[in-house]
Amino acid sequence: MDLDVHPADLAAVAAGGVLGALTRFGIATAWPHEPGGFPWATWAINVSGCFLIGVLYTRVRGRIPRLLLGTGFLGGYTTFSTAIAEVSQAGLVYLAATLIGAVAAVAAGSVLAR
Amino acid sequence: MTALLVALGAAVGAPLRFLTDRVMQARFGTAFPWGTLTVNVAGSFVLGLVLGLPLAPGAVALLGTGFCGALTTYSTFSWEILALTRRREILAATGYALLSITAGMGAAVIGGALGHLIS
Repeated sequence: MDLDVHPADLAAVAAGGVLGALTRFGIATAWPHEPGGFPWATWAINVSGCFLIGVLYTRVRGRIPRLLLGTGFLGGYTTFSTAIAEVSQAGLVYLAATLIGAVAAVAAGSVLAR
Repeated sequence: MTALLVALGAAVGAPLRFLTDRVMQARFGTAFPWGTLTVNVAGSFVLGLVLGLPLAPGAVALLGTGFCGALTTYSTFSWEILALTRRREILAATGYALLSITAGMGAAVIGGALGHLIS
C-alpha cells in the first residue's frame, strides 16, 4: 500500500491540530460547566467548528490550506471524544443538541460561503 | 505547562487521524467515511479509558484533551454527513451518524469500565 504522504502535509496537519487543540483548551478553561450541567463550551466549539469547515471546504480549494485549516486546525479544535464522554453527565439532550447543531451549522456555513 | 501537554498530545493525535484516514481510503475507498469513523470510535474508547483511570491532571491533559481531542473530530464528521446527504445517500448519511454515535458511546463505556477494572 503506497500512501504517498508528503511531509509538508503531515506538518500542516500537526501545526493546525496543535493550534486548534490549544484554542479549544483555552475556551474550555475559560468557560467551565457545573458537574452534571450542560457543557456549553464543548457545544459551542463543535458547532462553530462545523460552521467554519462548511465555509472552508466550500470556498478554499488549495491542498495545504485545507489540510492546515480544515484537517489540522478545525479537526484539533472540534472533538468527538469529549462530546461523547460528556453524554454520561449531561444526558441525551446534549447528545442530540450537538448532532443537530453540528449538521445545521455545516450546512449553513457551506450555503453561506457559496 | 498544561497547555504544553495539550499541544504535545495534539501534535500526535491530529497527524494520526490524517494517516488513519489515508490508510482507510486506500483500503476501502472513499464512498463511506471509514477513516473518521475509526478515529472517532477509537478516540472515544481511549478517552473513556483515560477518564476511568486514576490519572494525574497532566496526564489527562496530554492524553485526553490533547491526543483524543485532536485524534477525533466533529467538524469532518459533520462535513461528511453533509456530503453524503448532497449525494442523495440519505441512508448512508443517517447510518454514518447513528453508527458513529452508538459505537462511540459503546466504546467510551467499555473504555471507562476497563479503566476502573485495572485501577
